[in-house]
Amino acid sequence: MSVVKVESLSHVYGKGTPFEKTAVDGVDLEIQQGEFVGVIGHTGSGKSTLIQHLNGLLKPTQGRVLINGKDIWAKGADIRRTRFEVGLVFQYPEYQLFEETVYKDIAFGPRNMGLREEEIRDAVADAVRFVGLKAKHMERSPFELSGGQKRRVAIAGVIAMRPQVLILDEPTAGLDPKGRDMILEQIKRYHEQTGSTVLLVSHSMEDIARYTTKLLVMNHGRIFAYDEPQNVFARADELIALGLDVPQVTHVFSLLRQRGYEIASKPPLTVEEASEEILRYLMRRKGNGTC
Amino acid sequence: METLIETKDVSFYYNFGEENQSDEILHGVSLSIPKGQFIAVLGHNGSGKSTLAKHFNAIYLPSGGTVYVDGLDTLEEDKLFEIRRRIGMVFQNPDNQLVATVVEEDVAFALENLGVPPDEIRRRVDEALQTVRMSDYAKHAPHQLSGGQKQRVAIAGVLAMAPSCIVFDEPTAMLDPQGRREVMDTILDLSRQQGTTIVMITHYMDEAALADRVVVMDDGRILLDGVPRKVFADVELMKSVGLDVPQVTDLSFRLRQKGIPLPADVLTPEEFADALVAYLEGAPDQGGTQETGDA
Ligand SMILES: Nc1ncnc2c1ncn2[C@@H]1O[C@H](COP(=O)(O)OP(=O)(O)OP(=O)(O)O)[C@@H](O)[C@H]1O
Ligand SMILES: Nc1ncnc2c1ncn2[C@@H]1O[C@H](COP(=O)(O)OP(=O)(O)OP(=O)(O)O)[C@@H](O)[C@H]1O
Ligand SMILES: [Mg+2]
Ligand SMILES: [Mg+2]
Repeated sequence: MSVVKVESLSHVYGKGTPFEKTAVDGVDLEIQQGEFVGVIGHTGSGKSTLIQHLNGLLKPTQGRVLINGKDIWAKGADIRRTRFEVGLVFQYPEYQLFEETVYKDIAFGPRNMGLREEEIRDAVADAVRFVGLKAKHMERSPFELSGGQKRRVAIAGVIAMRPQVLILDEPTAGLDPKGRDMILEQIKRYHEQTGSTVLLVSHSMEDIARYTTKLLVMNHGRIFAYDEPQNVFARADELIALGLDVPQVTHVFSLLRQRGYEIASKPPLTVEEASEEILRYLMRRKGNGTC
Repeated sequence: METLIETKDVSFYYNFGEENQSDEILHGVSLSIPKGQFIAVLGHNGSGKSTLAKHFNAIYLPSGGTVYVDGLDTLEEDKLFEIRRRIGMVFQNPDNQLVATVVEEDVAFALENLGVPPDEIRRRVDEALQTVRMSDYAKHAPHQLSGGQKQRVAIAGVLAMAPSCIVFDEPTAMLDPQGRREVMDTILDLSRQQGTTIVMITHYMDEAALADRVVVMDDGRILLDGVPRKVFADVELMKSVGLDVPQVTDLSFRLRQKGIPLPADVLTPEEFADALVAYLEGAPDQGGTQETGDA
């Protein structure tokens, strides 16, 4: 069954004002349980607007949003519960942090869900490990942290609720490379262990290529593609025309092709794949006796 | 070359001398930035990059040591205006930067404070918004913008000031790939055509590869300082301090470990393609990357 279903969804900001803007324009989308979906699209293409509909932070101007088959805005529906099931990490962590200590901030979700004090403590401890924060940060104000540390607190606050659908809006912006890899690996593990559905909004084609099983490409409020990453990144020229790109190593293979070297039939998406493809190519060449 | 920014043995504590004084954040940082240089600052989260950068325009004052900007000591209060006029800063979070209620007023804000005449303000604001492709949003309120649009407007505000040095704190963190390329082009243009001194904090290794010089911070100290080609050539060291190298540098490193003799200091896809093709064609490496390392 599809866990997320969006039917002819439109969202218009500032209707009737000079700033009227249709940010999401008639989107239909169905996401299967257990998918790891990457969301890419140019600046202002409607990514943040779209995903804020999935946990009811924004209300559709038109259309419906169904979570587990239920219209979240139907009469008698419990929007609070939707917010526990569908966890959303904001693009700017500052929008999400507000408590006086890091601990209280991370505990906020679990507390609202009505967990008992020791369950809250466990949930917070797990989440803190998840994002690699240090114990010494717990009693600090979240506003006295570095940019990347704030981001980690914001992610921990949502993870602590163990949502069935986890949505992250640019979670790795501002993280150092090690933190980025560590947190993406943790998200992957969470995804695999819980069978939850993940949506990852990102401008890093490298991260998207490495982790996702499906790729949603937004363009001017509409869906340009919803397909497997391999297929999407094979359309390099179209992506670049949309203001997007392919991973750096993928680009290398098209440069090599232009110079007459067809190293692999499908261009690699990660450094590991690229390295293997080149080694395999060299082996084949040796085998053929051409040098 | 003439020095623009000089920090001498700078140490820093938040809330220095107060009850809630923090641990020492910067441990005796000495750094000298010549006029016209484009320097990238890397380092793990919490390593002190933003804290150090805010010393360059006297938002923070050193708890110990000194900071000179164009020969002006940042501890001298009456020099503040002159310092801020020279050093513009794009903050890590645009929300801390966008103060006015309309985009174009925001971009004009610093210019008004500097006493620039109104026609000149108009011209510079229009030009800056055009450079970041936000002219269509001139009359919008900042809160009506997407994440990347806010970041562009914050950049426009500093471009309009045209200071002799701009400190960019992760300017491309929220931009799409094309936006990142455009901002990097703008920065390179400022650096090469206008002679603007650039300090750019980033977590993107391929962006740092474009700088004249890379400084790596680690726990409040400067760990490495050199041209990108040298700094990134030590893949293992970079990874050990929580950083990375451009994908092509990593790829070249992995292949070298398998016995393929590729250069250690490949920085761009074009260089990698050149090096691999040269190897495949059995020619000696003519990319010449090793020799041009200091160029
Ligand atoms: N509160 C608002 N009022 C009016 N317009 C808005 C508002 N929020 C966003 N918009 C507009 O809606 C469009 C889509 O914005 P959205 O934030 O969804 O983009 P995005 O794809 O997330 O972009 P980014 O990659 O920059 O974060 C943009 O053109 C933006 O200017
Ligand atoms: N207002 C504050 N009060 C107390 N400590 C702070 C404050 N702001 C930052 N710190 C601490 O100072 C250290 C350096 O922070 P800084 O923001 O300079 O790091 P950074 O290198 O810019 O990190 P990032 O990559 O995450 O932006 C961190 O350990 C942080 O927790
Ligand atoms: Mg967004
Ligand atoms: Mg910082």
